Amino acid sequence: MGSHRDLPAGMVNHIFTNSGISSFTEFVGSYAPDLLPDRNETLAAPVGDHVPHATTIVAATCAGGVVMAGDRRATSGNIISQRDMEKVFRTDDFSCMGIAGAASTGIEMARLYRVELEHYEKMEGRTLSVAGKANRLATMIRGNLGMAMQGLAVVPLFAAYDPEIDGGRIFGYDVGGGPYEQYQHHAIGSGSIFARGSLKKLYRENASPEDVVQALINALYDAADDDSATGGPDVTRKIWPVVAQITADGFRRLSDEEVGAHVQTVLEGRMNFPDGPVAPLR
Amino acid sequence: MSIPFGYVSPEQQMRDKADYARKGIARGRSVVVLQYEDGILFVAPNPSRALHKISEIYDKIGFAAVGRYNEFEALRLGGIRYADINGYNYARDDVTARGLANLYAQNLGQIFTESPKPFEVEIVVAEVGDSAEEDHIYRLTFDGSVFDETGLVAMGGQAEAVAGRLKERYREGLPLPEALEAALFALTEPGGERPPANQLEVAVLDRNRPHRKFLRLNGPRLERLLAEETTPSPTAPDTASGAAPEQGSDLPPTAPEGDIDTGSNG
Repeated sequence: MGSHRDLPAGMVNHIFTNSGISSFTEFVGSYAPDLLPDRNETLAAPVGDHVPHATTIVAATCAGGVVMAGDRRATSGNIISQRDMEKVFRTDDFSCMGIAGAASTGIEMARLYRVELEHYEKMEGRTLSVAGKANRLATMIRGNLGMAMQGLAVVPLFAAYDPEIDGGRIFGYDVGGGPYEQYQHHAIGSGSIFARGSLKKLYRENASPEDVVQALINALYDAADDDSATGGPDVTRKIWPVVAQITADGFRRLSDEEVGAHVQTVLEGRMNFPDGPVAPLR
Repeated sequence: MSIPFGYVSPEQQMRDKADYARKGIARGRSVVVLQYEDGILFVAPNPSRALHKISEIYDKIGFAAVGRYNEFEALRLGGIRYADINGYNYARDDVTARGLANLYAQNLGQIFTESPKPFEVEIVVAEVGDSAEEDHIYRLTFDGSVFDETGLVAMGGQAEAVAGRLKERYREGLPLPEALEAALFALTEPGGERPPANQLEVAVLDRNRPHRKFLRLNGPRLERLLAEETTPSPTAPDTASGAAPEQGSDLPPTAPEGDIDTGSNG
């Protein structure tokens, strides 16, 4: 096992004398590398569809912030491996990330990324800039490229409130990293094509957070409508999408009751118009 | 083994080191840490906005120190590394003030015995629990001794006098404005001038906050708090116990609204 298990005294010395940059990942990489996910491992065979995959995440900016929503389904091939998975994570007080792709790798990346942001903030006494946060996530994704090539790809969507512009910003990635800043709205995952088409028509600039939540839930509904791997609202089990809203007041995950009310509105609308709200033609 | 020239007995060495450390610590200003209604309050007179004596270690754990800045800063950074590694490796709830206090005790003890110059620091590691009974406050001295404190701690220059004054005003479950008033009363020498808001470093571990319990109070928010606690006090400085315990119902802050501390402070 790693050298960090050898002797407590050695640990104490190392932990107090390390004076590198304020990155948690860098520190752990030198201090206890086997605590980090092994990015250079080669798998005997590509994992393919056997591990659960997370599906659709959508995000759009609103007046003074940004809203992100994710469906709750994880699939392994044709099997629904989880109905109530959480794919949108708070990463610090003013940012969040949603994951698509290999669920396990994504959850682990979100956990590490949260520590990474907090660690920097505590060490330096200041929060990273939004661009700094987005770049840091790109580095972590690039580190996973080897695994991504063998079926454990994870592609996050990152959203943050930027005090500089008093508004929300959205960043997309690919398996090699990024970031690609996206304006207004973006979607990732298997249902993203349908969600994007839907969002394009429903997005209104500077809409209230409530309106944006409606648009996002509609987009997820459209994604679930056409993509078998994306889960729609589960009315019988009362499983609603995870919706997170970030404004100057900080990160807030909407309660089940709030999301439930939004979902109800969408469902009622769809009873009359199964394809959802109609965008004006001219 | 022959006794070399200039031999100093271990007892003498330890005494000298302890005296040296005590003198260094006594030169600085005091810091007080006390429990209040919703958690733990840290107050330090500190004219610097950048060099903190109080800081966050982890979700529920705060840190306060007196003495030499470079020495307690090294301890603080080490503590954050320890906490983040354990929280990442296990679960966030598995990081405890007890574990951290042990790590600090080991490190300080080792430095005290092995290095020619001991650390001139005294630190407090505090953890807020779900109720006041589950709060933990550990005080650590330069030689690695750990003291499990309840209610209140004062350390630094004139620690005993400050603790004495703090005990006069302190009772269990004080609301935040009154706890702050008690802390300032303790930190001010009788007849002396109270430090203004911009000369104070104040933070709380508030058990009602989600995720991270640590919150710095500064700027307008601190000024409001200070104004609140000074209004009733001129009329009833000593009979305040029954007078105004219920005011400030909008406190403490439970969300990262308003002035968030980014550490850069303009």
